[in-house]
Parts: sequence; C-alpha cells; structure tokens
Amino acid sequence: MQLDEFFVTGEPLIYGGMVSIVLVTSAIIFLLTYLKRWGWLWREWLTTVDHKKIGIMYILSALAMLFRGGVDALMMRVQLAFPNMNFLNSQHYNEIFTTHGTVMIIFMAMPFLVGLMNIIVPLQIGARDFAFPFVNAVSFWSFFFGAMLFNISFVIGGSPDAGWTSYTPLAGAALSPGPGQNFYLMGLQLAGIGTLATGINLMVTILKMRAPGMKMFDMPIFTWSTLVTSFIIIFAFPILTVALALLTIDRIFGSQFFTLTGEGMPMMWANLFWMWGHPEVYIVILPAFGIFSEIIATFARKQLFGYKAMVWSMILIAGLSFLVWVHHFFTMGAGALVNSVFSVSTMLIAVPTGVKIFNWLATLYKSRIQMTTAMMWSLAFIPSFVIGGVTGVMLGMAAADYQFHNSYFLIAHFHYVLIAGTVFACFAGLVYWYPKMFGHKLNERIGKHSFWWFLIGFHVCFFPQYFVGLDGMPRRVFAILPEWMPLNVISTVGAFGMGVGFVIFVYNIYYSYRYSKREEKGDAWDGRTLEWATPTPVPFYNFATLPEINGRDAFLSMKKNNETTFDEERLEPIHMPSNTGQPIIMMAILAFASFALVFEWIGLAVIGLIGTLIMMGIRSFDYDDGYHVEVDEIKKIERSARGL
Amino acid sequence: MSTHELKTGPLEYRTQEGQMSILGFWIFLGAEVVLFSTLFATYAVLFGRTADAPVPADLFEPGITLVMTFLLLTSSFTCGLAIHQMRAGSLKGLITWLVITLGLGLGFLGFEIYEFIHYAHEGATLQSSSFWSAFFVLAGTHGVHVTLGIGWAVLLIIQLVKRGLTPVTSRKVFVISLYWHFLDVIWIFIFTSVYLIGMVV
Amino acid sequence: MKHMTKNKWFSFFLIGAVMLLSGCNQLVVFDPKGPVAQSQKDLIMYSLIFMMIIVVVVFVLFAFMVYKFRDRPNRKSSDYDPDIHGNTMIEIIWTVIPLAIVIALSIPTVQTIYDLEKPSAEGTDEEPLVIYATSADWKWFFSYPEQNIETVNYLHIPTGRDIEFRLSSADSMAALWIPALGGQKYNMAGMETVLYLQADEPGVYDGRNSNFNGEGFAKQTFKVHAESKEQFEDWVQSIQIEKPALTQEQYDTLLEPGLTNTMAFSSTHLQWVDHGTNEGRDYSIERHEDAYGKLLHLENINKSNQPQEVGE
Repeated sequence: MQLDEFFVTGEPLIYGGMVSIVLVTSAIIFLLTYLKRWGWLWREWLTTVDHKKIGIMYILSALAMLFRGGVDALMMRVQLAFPNMNFLNSQHYNEIFTTHGTVMIIFMAMPFLVGLMNIIVPLQIGARDFAFPFVNAVSFWSFFFGAMLFNISFVIGGSPDAGWTSYTPLAGAALSPGPGQNFYLMGLQLAGIGTLATGINLMVTILKMRAPGMKMFDMPIFTWSTLVTSFIIIFAFPILTVALALLTIDRIFGSQFFTLTGEGMPMMWANLFWMWGHPEVYIVILPAFGIFSEIIATFARKQLFGYKAMVWSMILIAGLSFLVWVHHFFTMGAGALVNSVFSVSTMLIAVPTGVKIFNWLATLYKSRIQMTTAMMWSLAFIPSFVIGGVTGVMLGMAAADYQFHNSYFLIAHFHYVLIAGTVFACFAGLVYWYPKMFGHKLNERIGKHSFWWFLIGFHVCFFPQYFVGLDGMPRRVFAILPEWMPLNVISTVGAFGMGVGFVIFVYNIYYSYRYSKREEKGDAWDGRTLEWATPTPVPFYNFATLPEINGRDAFLSMKKNNETTFDEERLEPIHMPSNTGQPIIMMAILAFASFALVFEWIGLAVIGLIGTLIMMGIRSFDYDDGYHVEVDEIKKIERSARGL
Repeated sequence: MSTHELKTGPLEYRTQEGQMSILGFWIFLGAEVVLFSTLFATYAVLFGRTADAPVPADLFEPGITLVMTFLLLTSSFTCGLAIHQMRAGSLKGLITWLVITLGLGLGFLGFEIYEFIHYAHEGATLQSSSFWSAFFVLAGTHGVHVTLGIGWAVLLIIQLVKRGLTPVTSRKVFVISLYWHFLDVIWIFIFTSVYLIGMVV
Repeated sequence: MKHMTKNKWFSFFLIGAVMLLSGCNQLVVFDPKGPVAQSQKDLIMYSLIFMMIIVVVVFVLFAFMVYKFRDRPNRKSSDYDPDIHGNTMIEIIWTVIPLAIVIALSIPTVQTIYDLEKPSAEGTDEEPLVIYATSADWKWFFSYPEQNIETVNYLHIPTGRDIEFRLSSADSMAALWIPALGGQKYNMAGMETVLYLQADEPGVYDGRNSNFNGEGFAKQTFKVHAESKEQFEDWVQSIQIEKPALTQEQYDTLLEPGLTNTMAFSSTHLQWVDHGTNEGRDYSIERHEDAYGKLLHLENINKSNQPQEVGE
C-alpha cells in the first residue's frame, strides 16, 4: 500500500486537522515530560480501577468528542447556510454528517452518561466500587480505543461516508470499497464490547451492593434509571454486535448477508440496526430522565412527585423500546398491518413519557425553586422536550411519516429530544455533581451565560428545521435550494450560538478551577441522596462505614436526625482492589487488531487477537486480590476530610 | 468489597465476590442468548436463499450431526459430574471429569471442522450465498465458543492443579460449567432448527 | 433573570405559533396538489391540533409553577409543602388522558395507512397508469410499459388519474418523494414496492430521491410535469415518434454511477431487465463493480456536473 493511500490527501481542511493533531499531541507529550508527569499519569489514571477516576476519564473523553462532533456540526451548518456554498464538497459533507452522528451518539452521549453513572451510582447506593472494578477499567479502555480508532479515520484511510445508520447495500463492500466503513464497524464494535460489560457491571452492582437496608424502591431515581438502562444495554447491544460482525464479515471475508449478489438481504441490516438502535435511544434518554429527577427534587426542595409512577414508567418505556423499531422505516413498504401495529406501539410510548412530564411539573407544585444553573438546565428540558416529544408522536403516525421521513422535520425532532434530553442532562448532571468530583463548584454566573447561549442557540437552530422539512428539504443533502435559504440561515446562526455556549461552558471549567471557592463539606447543594453524605474529596474507598438505610432520600433523613454515615466504632479494615495496567494493555492490543482488520491486514489482526487472548490468560492467572486499608489510616483520612 | 466468608454452603457462593461473579455471568449468558437469537433470526430470514449453491437438504447428513449431538450432550453430562465431584470436595474427581468433558468437546470440534471442509468441497462456502453465510456464521459462532471454552477450561485445570479447591477456583469452575451447559442448549437449537429442518425442507 | 425564564418560553411559543399560522400555506407539504398529499395534510393538521393543546397545557402549567413557586422572600408558608409524594387520582387522570389522545390519533392514522395502499379511484373503471420508477446511482428511469416509452430524470403524468409507481433500484436504496403529491416509499434492488400518487392540478413539481445513497445523492432530482390527459397523450406520442429506441448497450452505460441529463426513449429497459425482481438485483453490480468506488468530486457549483433540464 502506498503512503498516499494510507493518509488522506488533497483536502486543506483535513491537512489542517492533521497539523492540529500533531501539534496537540506533541504539546501534551512535551508538557508531561517537562513536568515529569508520566509516572503520575500511569499510576494515578491509566492503571486505575477506581470508579470515580474512570468516570472522570469518561467525561473528559466525552467532552472532547462533543467538541469534535460539534465542529462537524458547525461545518455542516456553514455549508447549508446558503444555496451557493462551496465550503465542503459532496464527499466531504457525507463524511462529516456520518462522523457527526456516530460520534455524538456512540462516543459522546453514552460515555458522558456512563461517566456520570460511574461516579454517582456507587455513591448513591452506599457501595465502595463497582462489582467488577477490573472489568470497569476494561470497559473504559475499550470505549476509549474504539473512539480513537473511529476518529483517526479522517486522517488515515478516510472517514466512513454512509451515514451513522450505515444502511446496506450502500455500506457494503461493492458500493463502498476501502477502509472508511471498516473504521465505523470496528470502532463501534470495540466500544460496544465495553458498553455491554458496563451494563452487566452496573446491573450486578445495583442488585448486589446496595447499602444494608436499601430496598429496590428506596433507591435514588438516578440509580433506578441506571438499572433500567443497563437492562436495555444487556438486551440490545448483542444485536448490534451481531449486526456489525455480519457486515464486517461481508466486507472483509466476502459473505453475502447484506449484498445484492448471492441473494443477500440488504434490508435485514436496517432491521437489525434499529432493533438495537431504537432501544439505544432510550439508553441515552432514561439516564437523562434520572438526572433531571434528582436535580429537580433537590432544587425544588421537595420530594419527587410520584416516585413509583416514575419508576414504572421507565420500566414500561424500556419494554416498549424493543417493540417499535419498524417506525424508522415505515416507508419500506412492509404493508398496512405492520405499519399500523408499529404506529400504535410507537405512540403508546408517549403515555409513560407524558406521565413523567406531569410528575416533574407536580414536583414543582408547592415547591421552593432555587434557580441554580443545574436547575435551569433541568427546567429548560421540560418545555423543549415536550416539543420534541409531540413531534415524535406525529412522526409515529405512519401515514403522515411518509411525508416527514428523511426530511429535516425528522432531524429537528431527534435533535429536540436528544439535545434537550440527553445533552441538557449531561450539562445539568456535570454542573450538579461537579463539586463531588472536583471539590469546587462551577461558577454560577458564567454557567448561566453558557446556559442561555446554548438554550437560545438550540431553539434558533432546530425550530426552523421543522418548517424547512415540511417544505421538502431532505436530510443529508450537501446543497440547498434557494427557497430553503432563510430558514437555513437562521438555523446556522443558532448553531453558532450553541457553539458559543459550549465554549463558555469549557471556559467555566478553567475559570472555576482557578478561582472557585473550594468545598469544605461534602454536601454542596444540601442534597437528599447518599452521594452527598461522603466528604469532598471523596476518599478512594467512598464510605468508611456503610450506612443503614431505611427509606428514600436517605441522606435527608440522616441530616434531620443529625447523623452521618461515619461511625468510628464500627470501623474495620477495608478491602480494595489494586491498580493494574492490564486493562489498558489488553485493549490497546485489541485496538491494534481492529486497526489491522480495518485495512484487511489479516495476519496482523490474528497476531493482535492472539495477543488479546494471552492478556486474558494472564488475567486468569492473576490472583492479586487487592489490599486492605487499615483502621488507623481510615481514621486519619476521615478525620481530616470531615474536619473532626 | 467485604472479606467476610461464609462457613457453609457451596464453596463458590461463600464470598460476596463469588456470588457477584456468578450473578454477573448469568446476566452475561442472558446477553449471549440475545446474541444467538439474533443469529438464529438471521438464519431464519435467509433460509432458502441459496442462489447457485447446493441446497442444505443435499448436504446435511443425519449421521454426523447425531454423533456431534451425542458428543456434546455427553460432555454436558460429564461437566455436571465434574461439578458434583467439586461439591463433594474431590479435586481428583473434578479434574478427571473436566478432562473427559474437554475430550468430548474436542471430538465435537473435530467433526464440525470435518463437516465444514466437506461442505466447502461440495461448493457451499461462506461466500457462495446468503443462506450459507448465515449457516457458517451461526454454526461457526457456536464452534468458536466451544473452542474458547476449551482453552479457558485448560487454564482452569492448571490453576486447580496449582492451587487446589478454593472459593476462587471453585467459582471459576462453576462459571465455566454454566458456560458449557449453555453451549449445549444452543447446540440443541442448532441441531433441531438448522439440521433437522434443513434435512426435511 | 427569573422573570425572563417565563417570558422567554412564552415568546418562543408565540413565534412558533405565528410561524406556523403564516407559513403553512407556502410549505410544500401543506400545499397538496393531489388526493394523497391532501389526506396526509389532513392527518397532520388533525394531529397538530392535539399537539398544540398538549404544548399549551404543559407550557402554561410550567410557566405557572416556575413563576409561582420560585424561591423569593416573603412567600406564604402555605405555598411550600416538601412532603407531597403523590396523588393517585390525579396520576390516573394524567395517564388516561394521554391514552385517550393516542387512541384518537390511532384511528385516523390506521385508516389513512390502509387507504394509501390502494388507488384512490378503486372500484371505478379507470385503471391506474403504471410507471416503473427505477433508481440507479444517481438518476431516475421512468418506464411507461403501456406506452412503451422511457424517460430519464423527468416525469410526465396526466392529472386526475391514479399513478401506480412500481419502485425498484438498480443498486443502492433510494426513496421516491414528490412532496406536493404525497409521501415517499423506498426503492430497493431485487424487490418491488408500490406507491400510488395522483395530481389534481396541472403544474411542475419537484421530485427527488430522499434516501441518502452516496456522493451524487443531492443531485438525484427530477421534475414532475402534471398536465391534462390530452396534453399527456400528445407528449407520449411525440416521444414515441421523435425519440430513439433504448438499446441495452446504451442502458448499461447509463447505469454506470454518475449524473446524467434528462433523456427520453421510445422503448423501455424492461424488455431485458426488471430490477425489481430477484433476477435483476445484481444486474448493475455485475457490470459496474469497479465504478462504485470512484469519486465524482461533486462540488456545489460546477456546471459540468449539473444535470440540465431539457425542454419537455
């Protein structure tokens, strides 16, 4: 293979990307060397099995991916602003909307939420770590290397260009030769393994590691949403694993699953993809519901209204999410009966969702709303999401969907639910739990600036898209007609408003790191749930003594009774897992194998797979079962942390 | 992360780690069920789409698949005997029955490889049509699982020899026994819905 | 700041309502030119009423809650009750009402779904006009088997008569969408889907492929010329007389991925291949296997790449 086939050539924008990658990488390497931080990085972060540190790494990676996906979005909006724009050519535009979608769903939304779950769920249930801390580290590194593999495609080999849905036959070997689609397949496969493992890990953690006395219906609602989400992950992700594997075998080894030759069935891809893909939507929205519920209850200074209804509606949504996948392709001609059934099942999801919306509103009734930044993100979610929700019901009406399908009406709808739902929740959750993670709050004034920029930008960007969709503008076109221009200009302006909001948000992280007051107690917001019972910074073992729980809002009742979770009488040595470099090494080798497979270098891929198996063997023989923290040391840590 | 160890009950269930690992593995098997269901569904959808390649009824032979089924079912039984020996505290019995289980598993694999090569000679390969792609990937995925299971069990036998029966080793053995029975169940579905139906239709 | 929260939402809502009411009649989906698009518009309008009610109710409740219960000095203590945990009656009510709305939406939806699967003039003497619409990267072939003519990238139809589109594709999946006449359906290789549309008013409408299928996707468009039955007959005759027959050789060349101008022929490609059958599914792949990887380097403004509209 020639070097100019290996690297992507001929695009000034991509050369720019290459240069900035080289510059940033060298700057990081230089800084680490200059500050003599390599050892620190390895010991404290790369080899950690601590759920809180892994969570932080998830969130940092997700923010980086949000930046990447956001830049893609802005480039698309520039190209679409005017009918005569020639900022991107057709091929480049196709690559960019493909990576935008994939990055945002797989490498931004999910890891961001998984990061929050990582940090918060064990704290909320009074556990010292995940059930399987080693597996948790493996999950993170598989996501991380999957994301890296996907992201280097734009400088090496060429980006995938068949859309994030990667429909066959377009995405098959015949119509899309070359490594681009392979990057998509291998990147998602690698990250998907990690997600599945996280799902199992979280489920066992929640089922088996709750503090003594905490019944299922006493769990904080975010933990409930995580449990339901992990259930969806466990039953949906294997479908994606199979779909990706079949298409990989198609492309690399010449099988005929989704091909036009050999009586393959291209439409089976759409079915398999959405049998995973629709539950996936709920994987990213249910945790968001959980986050909003926590924040609204906290800052309304009031119990969540209808806790049980909230839980049951999540369970119902999770069940229904597996029964609606056909609504993504009503226009395939499956017949009136099939379309009718899936139309009705789709609209039924509106019922539990509506119940949740009314419960949030009822939580606000007779409350005392404190307008913190986290609360503003959560409040803004309600009306914005309702717009996304009602248009979702309209899309669910199959006969009307024939006109909405593949148009900007659809684009507007899913950005309304995914941004107002998931992205707002990520921001809200990060702001809310930030003091728990980093020991200081984010600045509220700057936070509100970023909120207003982002919120207004969001509505200005996406509201017009409903109308331009009804005017016949299909998705994924790189050139617009003159009659669609006014609405598209508005939309582009809004997109840049969101960009400003994001920049302010990131600046706020820096600003608060420099200037925010450090937290002295653990309870930054006068919280209700157990994560606020820990001191800040949270000791690596989380809870010195496990609290006895009886009822919801455990920490609130503790505060009323003047109790803490810390009981010096009951201290015992704590057993903790050791740090290990195995997860990162194992996943790096697997990433190498995946990279080789992308370029169809079978020999190297086999070597990489064998290397991964050897690493698993080494793990099997590894009987290091951690170490104990002695009582005296716990006492010392707790006393200084709690100022006793 | 407690270190408390129960004094009664099966060895593998005595620590919280042991209990959690076994529950985690059950959930993992749930995910595996979905994985194989997807492959079965794919196979069902593509059934009959053989294009120019031979049809399954011409290639599938009752004899060899019956032998394979017999080998794997027996290995599941011997695997159960191994666990029985483990519960009885007999390390030697456990290892003996595990080795027999692996021998039967290897026999199964040998026949499967022979079968695949035979089909390829007759003109039915992964590439020849979507039906045959689905067949080879479904049966092959099961075969790869059996192979990995054998490699995994060999590692465990070495650990058993080195360390004897502890809560950790017995938990590992118990988990692999779950895995092995699971593969057996999957095979029964492959035998009936792929081979038997394929021979008749 | 706190006042702004409420006002902002209210103004968004107002802007939205104004845009909706003023813009409706210009938007192509809301300006139907045939019975199919009309029934879809009716369904959308019907659903919009419910959606507007839901939006208004939620927004009003939301604004009320946020305004009334915000934390401020001198609030009545009776306005704060942190221990309300639920109310079965009210929870039942707001489960039943959405359910009722879903039922109210389902009935006309299912009815319309079934209606759209058959021609609007079913039961009368007039048979629908059959047109095979075949997509190939990135162009449209319209074959009129009864008239034995074929057009590329443009379409003529008579008004007031059902058109039965038989959709298929030579390679990638596409979707035929003429928003002024009604919703879309997929074109897939190796199978045939049927889409009924009809134009009531004469005019020239935009049609396109709406399902992304690669580099030339944005340019895979066509014009639909709806005209009276007499004019349509005249047009058919002129094509039959003036245009050459389509040869298989020329057709194979046209199938090669790329953009083409509008064309017309006095015979159809159906005589040697129907891509909607199992036999026709790999016809194009077999002939142009290596052409699909080539880039067109399609720029937005590049006259040589643009398909030109040729007179009717």
